[in-house]
Amino acid sequence: MSVDMRTFLAHVELANPITTAAGCAASGRELAQFFDLHRLGALTTRSITMAPRAGRPTPRMAETPSGMLNAVGLQGPGIDAFLERELPWLAQRGIKTIVSIGGGTVAEYSELARRLADAPGVTALEVNLSCPNIEDRGRVFAREGSAAAEVIASVRSIMRYDVPVVAKLAPDVADIVSVARACVDAGADALSMINNPLGMAIDTEALRPSLAAVTGGLSGPAILPLAVRCVWQVHAALPGVPLIGIGGVMSGRDAFQLVLAGACVVGVGTALFHDPYACLRIERELEDLLRARGFQRLADAVGLAHRPPGSAPRHLLVDSEESTP
Amino acid sequence: MQVTGTVLTTRRVDAYHALTVVAPGIAERYRPGHFVSVAVGGGQTSMVTRRALSIHDVKSDYGGTVELVFTARGPGTAWLAERRARDTLDLVGPLGRPFPLPRDPVHCVLVGAEYGSALLFPLADALLARGCRVDFVLGGTGAERVFGAMRARRIAETTTLTTEDGSLGLRGKVTDALPSVIADTRADAVYACAPMETLRAVTAVSMEFDIPVQVAVEESMACGIGVCMTCVLPVIGDDGVTRMVRACAEGPVFRGERVRFEDVGTIPFDALGAPGGGARHVS
Ligand SMILES: Cc1cc2nc3c(=O)[nH]c(=O)nc-3n(C[C@H](O)[C@H](O)[C@H](O)COP(=O)(O)OP(=O)(O)OC[C@H]3O[C@@H](n4cnc5c(N)ncnc54)[C@H](O)[C@@H]3O)c2cc1C
Ligand SMILES: Cc1cc2nc3c(=O)[nH]c(=O)nc-3n(C[C@H](O)[C@H](O)[C@H](O)COP(=O)(O)O)c2cc1C
Ligand code: FES
Repeated sequence: MSVDMRTFLAHVELANPITTAAGCAASGRELAQFFDLHRLGALTTRSITMAPRAGRPTPRMAETPSGMLNAVGLQGPGIDAFLERELPWLAQRGIKTIVSIGGGTVAEYSELARRLADAPGVTALEVNLSCPNIEDRGRVFAREGSAAAEVIASVRSIMRYDVPVVAKLAPDVADIVSVARACVDAGADALSMINNPLGMAIDTEALRPSLAAVTGGLSGPAILPLAVRCVWQVHAALPGVPLIGIGGVMSGRDAFQLVLAGACVVGVGTALFHDPYACLRIERELEDLLRARGFQRLADAVGLAHRPPGSAPRHLLVDSEESTP
Repeated sequence: MQVTGTVLTTRRVDAYHALTVVAPGIAERYRPGHFVSVAVGGGQTSMVTRRALSIHDVKSDYGGTVELVFTARGPGTAWLAERRARDTLDLVGPLGRPFPLPRDPVHCVLVGAEYGSALLFPLADALLARGCRVDFVLGGTGAERVFGAMRARRIAETTTLTTEDGSLGLRGKVTDALPSVIADTRADAVYACAPMETLRAVTAVSMEFDIPVQVAVEESMACGIGVCMTCVLPVIGDDGVTRMVRACAEGPVFRGERVRFEDVGTIPFDALGAPGGGARHVS
C-alpha cells in the first residue's frame, strides 16, 4: 500500500510535502545535477532581493554541535537576473517553485511582489521577514507583529489571488503566536517557520569570533526542538492555517515530528549540505513511517499530536469502521 | 554523485594521513584539480557539514580508487585519520572545476606547499601526457611537511624543495625559490596549490614574469556543491567586474591574476552588490 503524500499549501496542491528551505538550494540548478527536481513537492529559492547583493565577508560558516552558523547576508544577483535567468529555467521545466523574497523596507517587498506578480512559474511567494527594517533602526520585521503585518498586507494586495503568500517567521521572539496571528490577519495564506535563530561561536585558537559578521543564524538538528515547539504553538492557536515546518530536519522521523505538530509541508535546509539527496531520502522515510503506522494519507497525520491524551488516532478509527463487516 | 566508498588502505606519509578509497564513479569522472567532500563522524554524528579534500591520486584498481591526503586538524579530519581498511566512507564528487590544460607542449612549474602539493601529481601526469615539461617547487614548514618530494623527483625535470626551518632543501618559502626556477626552466605557465598568502605571492611572481598562473584556493565550505554561498572570495570576471564567487562551484581553480587576494575575507567596495557600492554602477 502506498501512502497518499499529496498536500495542500493553501489551495495549491503539491505532490509531496518536502520542499527545500530558502537559501539552502540556491535556485535549483546545482541540485538538478544530483536528481530530478520534479521529485520535490516544491523548490524554495534563496531569498531574492531588489539589487544584487554581495553578502557578508568570509568566514561565513562555523560548524557547531549538531548544527552550523551562517552569515551569508542574502548574497544573490537581484530580481532582474532572477527573472531573466533563474525563474525561467525553473518555469520551463515545470518545477513547482516557492519564490522567497527579502527586503529592507515595506516598499522593497512590495516592489518585489509587483515584479513577480506576472512572472510565470511562481507557485507561492514566501516572504522572508527576518531582514532588518532599515527604516526602523534595523529592527527585524519578524520580531514585530505590526511591522511583519505591514509587509504581508502590502505583498498580499499585489500578488494574484491564486498565488499563496507565505510569511516566514523567526523563532527568537517573545511570542511567536502573536506574530503569526498578525501575519494571518494581514492576509498571509500560510506561515513558514522557523528561520535561523541568532547564535555565535568563538574560535579558541584565534581567540576571536568564528564568523566575520560575529553573529550568525543557527541551523541543523540543534534547532529541531525549537521548530517543533513553534509549529506546535502556532498550530494550536491557528489550526486552520497551513504551516511549512522548517528547522533541523535530517530524517523522515524529524519531518514526521513537524507534521504531527501541525506542518503540512516540511522544509529541508542544512541536511542538503550533508547530503544532496536529503529531500528524496526524507520523503521516502516519512512515507515509510506513515505506512508502518497505518496511515493512508499524509493529511491524516497533520497536527495529530494535538489530540487529547488517550484518544485514538483519527486515521485508525476510520480504518476500523471501514473494516467492520 | 554520491558514493559509499570502502577504505582500501590507510598510510602515514610524513606528517600526513593518506586514505585510498574504492569509489568507482568518482575515479571515472575525475580530472586534476577536482575535490571530494566526505561525511565525517558516522551515522549519528553531531558534525553536520562535510569536509572538502582534494584528490591526490586515482587508480583504476578495484574499479576505481581515489586517494586523499590530509592533516588531522579539527574533529572531522581527526575522525578521518582513525579510519581503517574496510571501513566505509560517504563521498560526494568529483566537485569543482579542474585545472585547464595547455593545448601545446609548454613548460610548466608546479608549486605546492604543505598538503597542497598532493593534488599537483595527477596534474603533472596529465601535463606530461601532453608532452609538457614539468618542474616542481614543493615546500613546507619542516621536512616532514613537504609532501611528495620523492615522487616529484621521479617524474619532473627538476624538483626544488624549500622548508622554513631549513631542515630540507633551501631555507625559506616556495616563493623565494620560484623566480629562479621560472627563469631557469623558461616556464610558460605556473600551477599552484597552497595557503592563500602563498598563492598571492606565487601569483605576484608569475605576473612579474608575465606568464599565466592557475591557483587552487581553499575557502571554508559548508556544502561543496554550490548551494550555500559560504565559500566565496572576490574574483574579477571577464567583464572586469568583481564578484563574490563560490570557491566550490566556480573554483577551486582560478586564474591567479583574477583573484583579489588582498581582499579575501572582505567585500571589496567595488564588488557587484557590495553595500552601497558596485550594484549601483552596474546597469
Ligand atoms: C577544495 C578544498 C580542498 C581541500 N583539500 C585538502 C586536502 O587535500 N588535504 C587537507 O588536509 N585539507 C584539505 N582541505 C582543507 C580541509 O577541508 C579542512 O582542513 C577540513 O575541512 C577541516 O575539517 P576539521 O573537521 O578538521 O576542522 P573543523 O574546523 O572542525 O571544521 C569545521 C567546518 O569548517 C570547514 N572547514 C574548516 N577549515 C576548512 C578549510 N580550510 N577549507 C574548507 N573547509 C574548512 C570544515 O569542512 C567543516 O565543515 C581542502 C579544502 C578545500 C576547500
Ligand atoms: C546557508 C543558509 C542560507 C539561508 N538563507 C536563507 C534565505 O535566503 N532566506 C530565508 O528565508 N532563510 C534562509 N535560511 C534559513 C533556512 O531557510 C531555514 O529556515 C533554516 O536554516 C532552518 O532549517 P535547517 O535547520 O533545515 O537548515 C538560510 C539558512 C542557511 C543555513
Ligand atoms: S560550499 Fe556551499 S556554495 Fe560553496
